[in-house]
This record gives sequence, structure tokens and C-alpha cells, in this order.
Amino acid sequence: MNIEKRLVRKGSLEKLFNLLKNNGNTIMGPLERNGKTRFASVNSFRDIASGYVQTTQSSKEVAFPRAEKILDYSKNAAGMSVKGIDPAEIPQVVLWGVRPCDAMGIGELSAIFNWDYKDKIYNNRLSRVTVIGFSCEKADEYCFCTSVGGNPGSTEGSDILLTRMGGDGDFLAEIITGKGARIAALSPELFEEAGNPEKDKFLASVPVRFEREMISRKLDKIFESDEWVSQSLKCLGCGACAYVCPTCACFDIQDEAHGRSGSRVRCWDSCGFSMFTLHTSGHNPREVQSQRWRQRIMHKFSYMPDRLSVYGCTGCGRCSRACPADMNILEHLISIQEAEV
Amino acid sequence: MTDNIYMPYLMKVEKITWEAPGVRTFMLKFINEEDQARFDFKAGQFGEYSVYGSGECTFCIASSPTRKGYIECTFRQTGKVTNALAGCEEGSIIGFRGPYGNIFPIDEWKGKNLLFIAGGIALPPMRCVIWNTLDLRDNFKDITIIYGARSVKDLVYKHELDDWKMRKDVRLITTVDPGGESPDWNGEVGFVPTIVEKVSPSSENTVAIVCGPPVMIKYTFPVLAKLGFTDENIYTTLENRMKCGFGKCGRCNVGKYYVCKDGPVFTLAQLKDLPDEY
Repeated sequence: MNIEKRLVRKGSLEKLFNLLKNNGNTIMGPLERNGKTRFASVNSFRDIASGYVQTTQSSKEVAFPRAEKILDYSKNAAGMSVKGIDPAEIPQVVLWGVRPCDAMGIGELSAIFNWDYKDKIYNNRLSRVTVIGFSCEKADEYCFCTSVGGNPGSTEGSDILLTRMGGDGDFLAEIITGKGARIAALSPELFEEAGNPEKDKFLASVPVRFEREMISRKLDKIFESDEWVSQSLKCLGCGACAYVCPTCACFDIQDEAHGRSGSRVRCWDSCGFSMFTLHTSGHNPREVQSQRWRQRIMHKFSYMPDRLSVYGCTGCGRCSRACPADMNILEHLISIQEAEV
Repeated sequence: MTDNIYMPYLMKVEKITWEAPGVRTFMLKFINEEDQARFDFKAGQFGEYSVYGSGECTFCIASSPTRKGYIECTFRQTGKVTNALAGCEEGSIIGFRGPYGNIFPIDEWKGKNLLFIAGGIALPPMRCVIWNTLDLRDNFKDITIIYGARSVKDLVYKHELDDWKMRKDVRLITTVDPGGESPDWNGEVGFVPTIVEKVSPSSENTVAIVCGPPVMIKYTFPVLAKLGFTDENIYTTLENRMKCGFGKCGRCNVGKYYVCKDGPVFTLAQLKDLPDEY
């Protein structure tokens, strides 16, 4: 559908929030705790964090929770009873305050869960999510969305995108999808005539630092390069980068037993962990950290474009902000682009 | 099965066979008859076997798709889940989901000689395709099986080895590593690659299927090359660690290929195209 432009008064935002809340939605928005922001269920509009360049955690857990039950079992006299997850238990969610890079990440995550077999559990959750994105008014030195196909005002992945027009101004609302239109229809008076404001001048400036197609082509030639060793010397293998990433989808499946009953749980994992690929025999195909770092970059910039026709990076910069060893993916990607092959 | 792909079939452990120290074969039957009726697989495919409360683990289906009404798996008691499986008794209920992965292209092998080379606990993935071809025996020319293990007691499927030995339409050569022979052992003594060289099977109109520990595979490929086998006519399987089995969880990939989707069956020609990461 065509994107419809509307004006939402700054004072109307809370009304919109309350309207959605009273309409049976769980609102997942950025909440701040101990200086870190994470998407969680918000009760009051006033609790929503503001002023952040980027939330500490991405919003991916709305469709792909960090630990998610996939079945319950119980052993009984008659044998075994196992039941899956009832989709009716999955809440209707409005994801509030998502940056365009996270919204774009939803598409990349969906590509993983929907190539070949279409993952019903993931799709059930995602189908119940409406995304209200907020354009970026500021960026920091870790941001590089414009190098990976995004921009601070990108509408991709959002159902409604709000752009603040000036420091304390009203919001330009872009109604992008049918889901967005249904929200706007809940209270048309909140979505006023907008005219044709010049959105770009309110957006953060994020310079283009590399060309992702070039990275992809280089990666075809540097599998055996020493570059991976030098880039990963600092890597602790802690997996923080994967846990904050909006597109990392690698997972583990574990059982949690409580006596005679329990659950099977799908939980986040990371290719950076030394045990990720470890065989029972002790053999490990990715034995050293440089191989695991190479896998991370290759997966996002070579294997995913090749197999799924999407990249696995939205330029949100979280992995660099979260890294305890100060590894910076942007620097490493630029170095790959400049590598002699 | 619901549309939740993670939901296993409930299976009853119908029969347990001790194969070798720590190695058991489970014959599994579907608890739900509709599951049984709907279930189908082909030689080479694998599944996720689970003990509720302990988790899932990955191995091949070791029985032939020509044998209906049950599946079998053979595993060595090694890690958390295989230890939990080892604690199962006949009548226990476990989970199974699958089949996953690609297949041995048996149809393409019609009219050819087949050479099976297996080492140790790697006979189970091959047993599926061996019985599959034996059950369709007229479709193939000579069938040769070379199987070795560390010692006599480590040979699996001992009864079936006896059966194959008796059959006139199969040539079976068994071997054990030097020092692994028992006083009454009348098979070969020597490592598998050495025995392959000694037996020196013809590569003429023949495909070789090789499964075994990495070191066995590494030294067997050059022997086969010397015998004239082309890379396209040598098949093997990769055994990477897996969780989901259908291309999502991200751990079995070798370069851009997923062992769970593009494998586990690969020709040596395909293998040479993969990065050295398996």
C-alpha cells in the first residue's frame, strides 16, 4: 500500500499509547534499568525510556524470545503426555519505540525462520506483533545502518513510523501497512492532516562507511586469510554480540525437568561459544576463536545473502557497544573491504 | 504430528539389542498408528531422538525404509542424552522427530557394483542403505562390504555380519585393528584403509560408500583414488552437531552448506568444494 502521512501531536502520543493498551494489546517498549534499556511490557506511558540512541537489547525477543517453551511433557501411569504451545496463549503485542534498524532486522530474522521449513512458532508470534517505529534523531559512532541498506528514517519493517519533527516537536506518522492502518483507524482524530513535511532534515546523519556487496565479494576470497586471527585476538567468546544482535537466530534446544514433568525450551545460543559445534567425540569443527569469528561475519555477509538473499546485519552497532573487549564490527568490516586478495 | 515441527512422535522402545560395549540398538514403534501410517523416509536420513527431561540428540535411522512398521537406531552411550537413552528399557517411551536431510541416491546406483566401507560405530548409517539395497538385490551388481572395528568386541550387528557372510550375493570382509583380534578371529587384521588396498576392489562401474571416523576416511580416500574411483563415485556422510535438523539453529553449517539440509550425504567431489570446517 502507499505510505500515508499524518501528523501526531506530541501530546497525543500518550493517548495513542493508552488507546492501544486499552485495546487488549501488550505494549512492549524500551524500559531502562541500571542504565540499560530493554524491550519489556510497559504499563504506563511515563515509564518508557527516551533519549537513547539505541536500546541495549534489540527487540527481536518479541518474536524470538531468549528462552521459549516449545512443548510441555508429563510422565504418568498411562505413559507420556506431550503438548505443544497453544497459539491462543501468545499475546497481541504492539512493539513501541523500535529504531528502524531493529524493524529492518525483523525481515532478516524472518528470512532465517522461513527459508525452507516455515517456523510456525516464530511466525505465530510475529503475526501478533504490530511495530511502531521511531526514526533516529541522533546516532553515535557505532551506527552504520546506511552501509547495510538502512537509514535513520527507513520505513522497512515498521507498521507505523513516527519521526519527531524538531527537538520538542510533533511527530510525522507514516502509516506503512494494513496493521498500521488498523491502528490509525482506532482513533482517526489522533492522526491529523500532515501536509508534506520534509522528513529528512529531522533525521540523524549516518555516513556510509562501506559497501556490503563489496564485503560479500571479498569474503568469497578470504576464508583462509590471517585477517580472522588478527581480528579475533581480543575475542573472549562471551557471545554478548549475538545476544544483543537483532538478527542472530542461532539457538539451542534444552529440556527443563521438574520431577516427572517439564518443558523443552528453545533458547538463544551463539556461534562464538567454544562448545557451539563441539562433537561428543571431542572433535570440534570450529576449534579456535578465529574460526568462530569468521563464521559470524561469513554467516551475516556471505552465507545469508547467498542462501537467503538477505544480509544478517542492520548496522545497529550493538555488538560493538556490548563487546567487553572493545571489538568493533564496523572497523573489522572496513578492514575486510580493504583487504588485499 | 501437529504443525509444530519441534513436536516429536512418541515412540515405544520395542526391543533393545546389545551390539558392543556401550552400544545398543533400539527398535522403535510409533505409539500413534496414524503417525506410523504417515511416516516415510529414505536411506541416509536422520532424526532427533529424545528422552523427555534430558533432551534431544541426533543420529541416523539405522533400519531400511524397506522394513515397514518400525525404525531402528544404534548409538554409543557417550553424552547426556545417550546416557539417558541407555537408561531406557523395553517399553519405555521416547521422542523422535524426522526424517531430516538428504538421501543416498540409490536409484542412480541401479546396475552398478556397490562397495561399502565402514569403520566402528559408523556401520549404523550404512546399515540402512545396505539393507535397502539387499532388499532390492536384483537392481545391483556385486555388493562388497568392508567393515572394521578396533577389536572383535567393538564390531556391531554381529548377527547380521554372520548373515551377510553366509549370503552368496554379498562379499563381506571384516577386519579388526592390530591387537584387537581374539583367539578364534578368522577375519582380517589391519586398519580399514590397508584392508581396502589389500582387497583391491575394482572401480569399474562401482560406487563406494565410506563411513567411519575421520582418520579412517582420510586414509581411505587416497586408496580409492589409487583404485581408480572418481570423486563423484565416492559417497560419505558428515556428522556435525545439530539441534533443529532443518536449517535454523545454525550449528551444522560447513561454509554456506547445512549438513542437515544439503547433507548428511555428500560425494567426495562435493566435499572437496566445502571449506575445511567439518
